[in-house]
Amino acid sequence: MSTTKTVAVRLNGKDREVDTGHTVLTLLAELDLQPGMVVVELNRDILERERYADTEVHDGDSLELVHFVGGG
Amino acid sequence: MGNGAVRPEATNGLDGSFHIGGVEFVSRLIVGTGKYETNEVMVDAIKVSGAEMVTVAVRRIDLDRDNEQGILHHLRPDDFFLLANTAGCSTAEDAIRYARLARAAGFNDFLKLEVIGDASTLLPDVHATLEAAKTLADEGFKVMAYTNDDLITALRLEDAGCVAVMPLASPIGSGLGMVNPYFIREIKRRLSVPVIVDAGVGTASDACITMEQGVDGILMNTALAAADDPVQMALAMKHATVAGRLAFLAGRMPSNEIAIPSSPVIGMLD
Repeated sequence: MSTTKTVAVRLNGKDREVDTGHTVLTLLAELDLQPGMVVVELNRDILERERYADTEVHDGDSLELVHFVGGG
Repeated sequence: MGNGAVRPEATNGLDGSFHIGGVEFVSRLIVGTGKYETNEVMVDAIKVSGAEMVTVAVRRIDLDRDNEQGILHHLRPDDFFLLANTAGCSTAEDAIRYARLARAAGFNDFLKLEVIGDASTLLPDVHATLEAAKTLADEGFKVMAYTNDDLITALRLEDAGCVAVMPLASPIGSGLGMVNPYFIREIKRRLSVPVIVDAGVGTASDACITMEQGVDGILMNTALAAADDPVQMALAMKHATVAGRLAFLAGRMPSNEIAIPSSPVIGMLD
């Protein structure tokens, strides 16, 4: 077996495989999301924007990516 | 980023400004951003309404949709004061989680706290609302709490540190108008923080009657979004809100169950 190239994460309620070595910032870029328009919850804790770049995505992580939508 | 952004054109010159949580507002009309058929109509309606404060909801980004865009792609955050809500939450724990996510977006500390206790009437769970309000106020949130037209709950929410208390006129999205003006007046009489009537307004007369009770403001969404012409209704609501406020300040004449002539009764010809 070669080394694993992906890690399994839970992303917005769905299981997904993402490449190893991602930070939250690079993951957002791959998803075509602007960091300034997204709030990230990592394993139920809010991740401050300043930490996106140095927070690695690990196997088993659960991420919620949220934004503002229309509401009353 | 949008903090305290008050649009100068919202000034109507007829009524003073007021404050919520230390921020000055001129428009007493707060509007939601949900349920519009198109984003263009939403933006036009909100601009025409003159509202400074607009509500938004926190939701997961749909990662399966290409070009998924949040509301801020359409509504410039510098032009409005964003009021994030906890709509859809049915526990204090959920509401607190959504509140923290909303604040992390970085606009302001204000929150429309809403904890729903019943799916069919969408009436608030006032116990959970109070519990969440205490926690969030302690965390520095400026909580504007959606609640029943119940005086005791309103007083408790004020004690909990809410910067505004927002009793309903009638159930969310019902368009039934103000069903209990007496209780709304009593809440306004007894509270020191602003009282904003939230939910239930259907048309301009409802907004006018609401403001005539002396409350500080009114929050609506469906009445605009579900009108045949939301932009025209937004203009009607703007004027109705101002008219109701001015009528309250002016002090209405006593109502009588007998007619009293407006013209002199003397000087009539033989």
